Amino acid sequence: MNIYLPIAEMSVNALLLLGLGGGVGLLSGLFGVGGGFLMTPLLMLIGIPPAVAVATEANQIVASSFSGVLAHWRRKTVDVKMGLVLLSGGLVGSFFGVRIFAALREMGQSELMVSLCYVVFLGIVGGLMLIESVNAMRRSRKGTRRKPRGSRHTWIHGLPFKMRFRQSNLYISAIPPFLVGLLVGVLAAIMGVGGGFVMVPAMIYLLGMATTVVVGTSLFQIMFVTGFTTLTHAIVNQTVDAVLAVLLLVGGVVGTQIGVRLGPKLRAEQLRILLALLVLVVCFVLAWGLVARPDELFSIDPGVGH
Amino acid sequence: MRRLLALLLLLWPLAAEGEEVVAALSQTRVAITTGFTGSEIFVFGATKREEPAPADQQLDIVVAVTGPPEPVKLRKKERVAGIWINGEAVQIDSAPSLYVVATSRPFHEAMSFTDDLRYKVGLENAVRLIDAPLWVEDPDAYRQALMRIRRDEGLYFVKEGGVDIIEDTLFRATIDLPAKLTEGDYLARIFLLRDRQVLDVFHTSILVRKVGLERWIYWMATEMSWLYGLLSIAVALTAGWLASAFFRYFLP
Repeated sequence: MNIYLPIAEMSVNALLLLGLGGGVGLLSGLFGVGGGFLMTPLLMLIGIPPAVAVATEANQIVASSFSGVLAHWRRKTVDVKMGLVLLSGGLVGSFFGVRIFAALREMGQSELMVSLCYVVFLGIVGGLMLIESVNAMRRSRKGTRRKPRGSRHTWIHGLPFKMRFRQSNLYISAIPPFLVGLLVGVLAAIMGVGGGFVMVPAMIYLLGMATTVVVGTSLFQIMFVTGFTTLTHAIVNQTVDAVLAVLLLVGGVVGTQIGVRLGPKLRAEQLRILLALLVLVVCFVLAWGLVARPDELFSIDPGVGH
Repeated sequence: MRRLLALLLLLWPLAAEGEEVVAALSQTRVAITTGFTGSEIFVFGATKREEPAPADQQLDIVVAVTGPPEPVKLRKKERVAGIWINGEAVQIDSAPSLYVVATSRPFHEAMSFTDDLRYKVGLENAVRLIDAPLWVEDPDAYRQALMRIRRDEGLYFVKEGGVDIIEDTLFRATIDLPAKLTEGDYLARIFLLRDRQVLDVFHTSILVRKVGLERWIYWMATEMSWLYGLLSIAVALTAGWLASAFFRYFLP
């Protein structure tokens, strides 16, 4: 069943897109990641122009993250105060990220930078998560419990502007979450992702948030940042494809709902190992694409033509 | 007056032969709808002549459908520190967005190189790179690459033997337009040839337009981008809420 995309100006298989949306949505619900880090490269792989893929993917993440936030909201696993601090950083970051991306596109290096960003960030995040969760699993097998993170004192606790985040079980400065939000905002704009795969680990390992509220709070922030990104792309680049977005988000929201329900039934440590492996696989595939000799050395610059 | 004379002289060889081509297309408008998966255009026609057909001269028909020509930038990847990086862009001055040609015999058996150059029919003459920057070692490689990429995407192809000629008078051909079609005024040309010389050309345009929902979405996105962006977000939020409500109701 083929369908013509009005902005991408090509015909694609609707069922394939529904399936892609569903699969990525499932991960979104399970892990609290937007899923963009998988979807954006996949869309480019089936021939969607990168600019359209990035912008439309942002729109889809709005849907899947909102669907996830609603589910978490009812379970009271969203720390709104923390979310707002992250969001304020995120909007600033997104603003600058869009401008960086525009400059890179001008130079014809956006594709390379996006790939490099993916490889570096996915590599670091995936590696750290894998080590951490394998260690945690060993500990739990031995029967020893890890010390609760909230009690640990680091340099983070010496910073000013302290705020109490009751649901995160934290009393820390607002600066680290603001900076995390900022970084994620920049990445979101450059890489066309929600940034959950950076934010979730940062919230757990850097901020030491209570793990129960991490996913809901991450989705809360992602929803707003990707909404902002969608609007920016629609106005500046006119690259949001409504038909593509609807196909992706119908699959996506359904997948997310299933993921959210599946999540508590699975064991958290195993889940984290699974996510770490997935992140590392994507990282490896992209790294291979950078070093392997491409079949076609030439490419058409999408900057001109229309 | 002199200009008119020159024009007449130019047209002279065409008129002198007395043979003309009469042709029609099954459609001169292509509507891109939501379910658009490409289009098939049936071309048919006949040759019109006052005298009997010259027995010793081979009749050939070449049908060429080309999309609007536009400049295209190409980049070549180079290996820098183990990583493949895009080099500087080289602009191809003019390349049609679509190029479909059907011929009654292998291309250059049907049309002479001179007439190919004059009417810019062959792919080699349709994609033009006039002036490349000085640093480019092999400008033609860029041109060849563009043709290769578009051919692999199904946008450029030649159907040799794609035109059937019946009784030295009637002819027919089918032109397949791919699903990856963009809007624009496409040019269809039908060449009547004898002994590889063009005797007459029939011109017509094919208007490729988005219609219905496709047209509306495209118009919204370009003309009312603010509203379009907000609507996109609204649709996303509604879909997210619907899915959440649906699952809560049926799968608590």
